[in-house]
Amino acid sequence: MSLLELKNVCMTYGKVKALQDINLVVEKGEWLALMGPSGSGKTTLMNIIGCMDKATSGSIILDERDLSNVSKNELTSFRRDKIGLVFQQFHLIPYLTAVENVMIAQYYHSMPDEAEALAALDRVGLKDRATHLPSQLSGGEQQRVCIARALINYPMLILADEPTGNLDEANEEIVMKIFHELHAEGHTILTVTHDMEVGKQAEKCIIIDHGRIAESKYNR
Amino acid sequence: MFWQMLKGAMLRQKQRMLMVALTLALGVSLATAMLNVMLDVGDKVNQELKAYGANITVTPKNSSVLKDIYGLEGDTAHKEYLQEADLGKIKTIFWTNNIVAFAPSLESKIDIEGQKEAVPLVGTWFDYALQLPTGETIQTGEKYLKSWWSVDGQWVRDDDLQAVMLGKRLADTLGLKVGDKIEYRAPGAPQKETLTIKGIFSSGGQEEDGMFAPLAFVQKLNQLQGKIDKIEVSAITTPENDLAKKAATDPKSLSMKEYEVWYCTAYVGSIAFQIEEAIQNSIAKPVRQVAESEGRILEKTQMLMLLITALSLLSSALGISNLVSANIMERSKELGLLKALGATNLAVSVLILTEIFITGFFGGVFGYFIGLGFAQIIGHTVFDSSIAINLMVIPLDIVLMTLVILMGSLPAMRMLLSLRPAAVLHGR
Repeated sequence: MSLLELKNVCMTYGKVKALQDINLVVEKGEWLALMGPSGSGKTTLMNIIGCMDKATSGSIILDERDLSNVSKNELTSFRRDKIGLVFQQFHLIPYLTAVENVMIAQYYHSMPDEAEALAALDRVGLKDRATHLPSQLSGGEQQRVCIARALINYPMLILADEPTGNLDEANEEIVMKIFHELHAEGHTILTVTHDMEVGKQAEKCIIIDHGRIAESKYNR
Repeated sequence: MFWQMLKGAMLRQKQRMLMVALTLALGVSLATAMLNVMLDVGDKVNQELKAYGANITVTPKNSSVLKDIYGLEGDTAHKEYLQEADLGKIKTIFWTNNIVAFAPSLESKIDIEGQKEAVPLVGTWFDYALQLPTGETIQTGEKYLKSWWSVDGQWVRDDDLQAVMLGKRLADTLGLKVGDKIEYRAPGAPQKETLTIKGIFSSGGQEEDGMFAPLAFVQKLNQLQGKIDKIEVSAITTPENDLAKKAATDPKSLSMKEYEVWYCTAYVGSIAFQIEEAIQNSIAKPVRQVAESEGRILEKTQMLMLLITALSLLSSALGISNLVSANIMERSKELGLLKALGATNLAVSVLILTEIFITGFFGGVFGYFIGLGFAQIIGHTVFDSSIAINLMVIPLDIVLMTLVILMGSLPAMRMLLSLRPAAVLHGR
């Protein structure tokens, strides 16, 4: 049984058709890259998969549960339990330290555990920066905190929206190395990117254009 | 974690939180001032209104009936009197503390040398030390009852039986001034006697055509020792309501419960009723015009204060609404992130409301003490006395502050609930 299955998913904003008849299957442990130019619909698709938006029509089955008819609260609870989010702009809370930013995901999921949060930071090589505020961290470090936060609740699916979009080459390399490690550990990853180099590192590339899947190919 | 987030968020937006606290402090301070004044104003306004005279008159029962039915008065009827000795009983009624002042009177006429017609003479107490049945002594009399009288010279001493006060019109007519002497002849007396004018009063009423002398002098002059024919009473009363009006029409129409409530409330009617109970063969009548005016003025004053309280709290709510809405807009990404991480609408709302309530608490405490200061300023400026601090205002303030915060936060909360993490996190 696949982890995620999208059947005829459509999304419209007024008269604008952002997504049309998207059919997609993601298996457990797979690393997929959603690629396409700006405005192609990849972020919309990521928001639907990430339970942050509801599709206009079609069905989304995540971990054997159809999300098309669930309430907002159920969607929130699903997102909290099953999905780890990594953002292009990191989105860390500026007045909380690195470890507290990780613990906040635990707080809304179950119970904060500082030792576990420190272990997650250690996992991304930032244990020694645990008590630093986001303003005291570099862009790459902030993104690694963001990854640690996404991992802390053991999600079934890691969704990363342009994870290297705001990083220099050196930091991009570090972050991609972490993703490779996570993939090797069996995590299911879905990255959204318009960077061909980043996209190529995934197992499979889905090219989206004008709200439709234009191409689906394996990288190796 | 919750408190860490709260602390961090509040410290990060110190200025905005300070503005919220000050906005609330302003509203609470005005509410505190107005509520304290309003709860104390009944007595204060009543005290002020007492300067405008008696609101209850007590007369002998039978003469009152004759006067009511036939319009008969004075010498034309068999005159009934009250006993001067009963006066102290007025201060033994249930609402004794509401009796501000009273003065007996005995009306008469006196033949003054050189005048064709007899001049009206009223015997009364001016500043009388009355020994009460309880053993206490109180000062009462015209000086306390008619504090608006403008007196040239001085008030007459009650034990000075050769002194009088003249009304200004009478003094002008007779061409008399303070210190002059007037000669009179007592009924049946062989020779003339002399009275000294100690004061000339201006009251603006009919009294100015007559003269006032100590009660004992008039009683002696008319051979009516221990008798009086009227008592004027000034009492602090509660504005009349439907129950008081019903009782005024017919006290017997009240049920037992209504009667108890009426009797134990300081309506002018119930105080008059209790005076009748205390003084034998008397009829105590409220001077409705005065009582109703007092009630109306009091009601309007209290209404004005309630309105000011409501408006100040409304303006606080609007101010808070703006500040909190701006706060939510500014922090939309942060709050959107919390939702994206799995925070429910309730959890995020509780976080924001806790921030506002904590800020509001400090603002409220600050506002409360400022309000107490405002109340004293109002008290000294308007009533020339302190305003009693009423602890009842504290729970009222807490309820009002909670309502203001909730009302003020409502638009921001709606905004917060409609915040879509997908939209704010992608800058839409």
